[in-house]
Amino acid sequence: MQAAFDKNYFEIFGLPESFRLDLTDVTKRYRDLQQQLHPDRYASASDQDRRLSVQMAAQVNEAFQTLKDPVRRGRYLLALKGIDTGEESDTAMNPAFLMEQMELREALETVRDSDNALAELGALETEVIDAFDARIIRLQTCFDSDGNEDLKVARETVRELQFLQKIRGEIEQIEEELV
Amino acid sequence: MALLQISEPGQSTSPHEHRLAVGIDLGTTNSLVATVRSGSADTLPDATGEHLLPSVVRYLTDAEPVVGRAALEAAASDPLNTIASVKRLMGRGVADIRHIGETLPYEFVAGESQMPRIHTVSGDRSPVEISAEILKVLKQRAESTLGGELTGAVITVPAYFDDAQRQATKDAARLAGLHVFRLLNEPTAAAVAYGLDQKPEGIYAIYDLGGGTFDISILRLNRGVFEVMSTAGDSALGGDDMDHAVANWMMQEAGISGSAGRGELRALAREGRRVKEALTDSDVVNIELNQGDRPWRGELNVDAFNRLVDPLIDRTLVPCKRALRDAGIKADEIDGVVLVGGSTRVRRVRERVESFFGKPPLANIDPDRVVAIGAALQADVLAGNKSEDEMLLLDITPLSLGIEIMGGMTEKIIPRNSTIPIAKAQDFTTFKDGQTAMSIHVVQGEREMVDDCRSLARFELRDIPPMAAGGARIRVTYQVDADGLLSVNAREQTSGVEAHVEVKPSYGLTDNEIETMLKDSFAHAREDMDARNLREQQVDADRLIESVTAALAADGEELLDDAERTAILAALANLEAVRQGSDLQAIKQAISATDAVTQDFAARRMDAGMRKALTGHTLDEFTSGK
Repeated sequence: MQAAFDKNYFEIFGLPESFRLDLTDVTKRYRDLQQQLHPDRYASASDQDRRLSVQMAAQVNEAFQTLKDPVRRGRYLLALKGIDTGEESDTAMNPAFLMEQMELREALETVRDSDNALAELGALETEVIDAFDARIIRLQTCFDSDGNEDLKVARETVRELQFLQKIRGEIEQIEEELV
Repeated sequence: MALLQISEPGQSTSPHEHRLAVGIDLGTTNSLVATVRSGSADTLPDATGEHLLPSVVRYLTDAEPVVGRAALEAAASDPLNTIASVKRLMGRGVADIRHIGETLPYEFVAGESQMPRIHTVSGDRSPVEISAEILKVLKQRAESTLGGELTGAVITVPAYFDDAQRQATKDAARLAGLHVFRLLNEPTAAAVAYGLDQKPEGIYAIYDLGGGTFDISILRLNRGVFEVMSTAGDSALGGDDMDHAVANWMMQEAGISGSAGRGELRALAREGRRVKEALTDSDVVNIELNQGDRPWRGELNVDAFNRLVDPLIDRTLVPCKRALRDAGIKADEIDGVVLVGGSTRVRRVRERVESFFGKPPLANIDPDRVVAIGAALQADVLAGNKSEDEMLLLDITPLSLGIEIMGGMTEKIIPRNSTIPIAKAQDFTTFKDGQTAMSIHVVQGEREMVDDCRSLARFELRDIPPMAAGGARIRVTYQVDADGLLSVNAREQTSGVEAHVEVKPSYGLTDNEIETMLKDSFAHAREDMDARNLREQQVDADRLIESVTAALAADGEELLDDAERTAILAALANLEAVRQGSDLQAIKQAISATDAVTQDFAARRMDAGMRKALTGHTLDEFTSGK
């Protein structure tokens, strides 16, 4: 009866499968779960208990990382519904979105040499964050209505969010190099 | 008639008996051991009242090595056999040592593995063995002070230590005969010592500059929970470098050439340290060098000293910035800064840290002892001496873990600053028909090319069931435990066959080497290896008996049916009986049998624990009307 390993991340946290989550509540649940399962609670226990606790605590950590990040949460919810976001296999994207991304990238490549690099970088970052936030709201709406078409849009949105997340990381990296 | 009650260690019958547990700070320059007695943690002094044990080991021709002050004093006269700052060599390869240690006065010889050995009069010694000598002295000190055998120890390591350095530390503990409850990150230990979790929720930076390592950690603390948000550092930067900076300055001023002998260099570094320490209280220090043919007199004032050490302090601020960024916070969001490590006594360090974070740092616990004290508090919890209101330390991996893919590139599997324990799985397939083996090269680091990362180990998967090319589906699971140590296992998914994983550590010791070292150390100490093996198995058996008995008492009624309970009780009775004897194999078998029969029970208990954690939670919400 290794039920815990078969549970999905929402079940581990005792939560309904929903995109809408109260992060404060999730964090509290996370701490309570780790209070029970963390290997430090089994420091004097048998090897078997310790092994098991390492596996369970790792599972809880993974679940927490997935639930608290909206992009990962969205991807995971889609997977639970049998929809693969396929970021690696399926590279076809909405052409308008791809256009925007290419422009962003071009801007990012020239920004380093600009006299006003930090300010320009800040503007790019705001642009990316706005695009990101708008898609999170879209994702929420899609999951709320939960129809077949909605989930198709949700899949597309998660794929776009993945792009935006990556470019945001690059902006931060350039920012770090400049400072 | 009341006689002395001598209970065999490890055979504790009462669950509330106080177990002897210590925290050990295995430092570059000094090491300490601390324990909790009557509720408060303190470091333990040696017979002469000294708390700090200099981390120096001197090997002699036909006697046990000397550790501590006596060894330190011989460092200048017997540099080849007197090893200081061995922590800098832990988990390092021969090439690294050439890189970090041009000034190290030892004779290195290559060993069977990548781990270098130092040639001494008593043979070639690895850094692991040298560290074990230091641990043995601390273990003896604790056992004679506390009057009993230790149940276990928490040993601290720099948060920025990589897997090889952690494994080397754990191996050293094993050689010293210590049961390691946990490798604890030094900054986390310091946060525990300060009891920062008792305050309202806050974010703290722990700035830890030791003799040879630098760490910065950002922690979020909230009612007993220590969450490490990010960590960064430099495992080859510390106060020793300040000593060398001063020594180099003196050499230039005094016109001593680079051809100075080993003993002379050592003496100069010591003088450099004296000058550095003196400058914490005074603004100018007089220096007299009497070595070589030309004596030299001079002085160093604070301003000139600051100019010498500023570049080193600059190097600590780079990781500070990165840690803040990784934690996603700005310097002004930090609620407090804690200073750890003897090198934070340097006034310039305090000034620069204060101006970087914009607040005066906390330093009211002796920075030399704070880590050992925190480790002792954690050891006390892990030994089970505290029942409720336990603290929880959620640590992270300091470096990303990846594997080598085509073209010498790395693919990240576990990103840095992931909360541990953590496990990630990856699926591989075979390239050739009937392929039964494959190799995975695991590296640690942030760079894209494998050559720029640190090689951890090569894992050879064998016994993959032969299938057509692309037919096998091998799931490889990488797991990092709470000590930050990696393990890998592999299973063929379609057949369920477990592949055999052989580990070839890049810088660590092979199991064989450790075995040999254990044997050697026994030959030297004239102890009996078999006796120790038996003792270890008995301790394992006791631990198992105790934990199963406690589990039965707590959940046996609820989670087991009669048949299951009977089977477990029978296995337990057999284990108890066998444990009294001295048949090593029989004890091992009885342990496995008990493990097997309690496997489902353990899983059910874990599951019940999860439900309990959440039930309590839902109840809270219910009663508070949310």
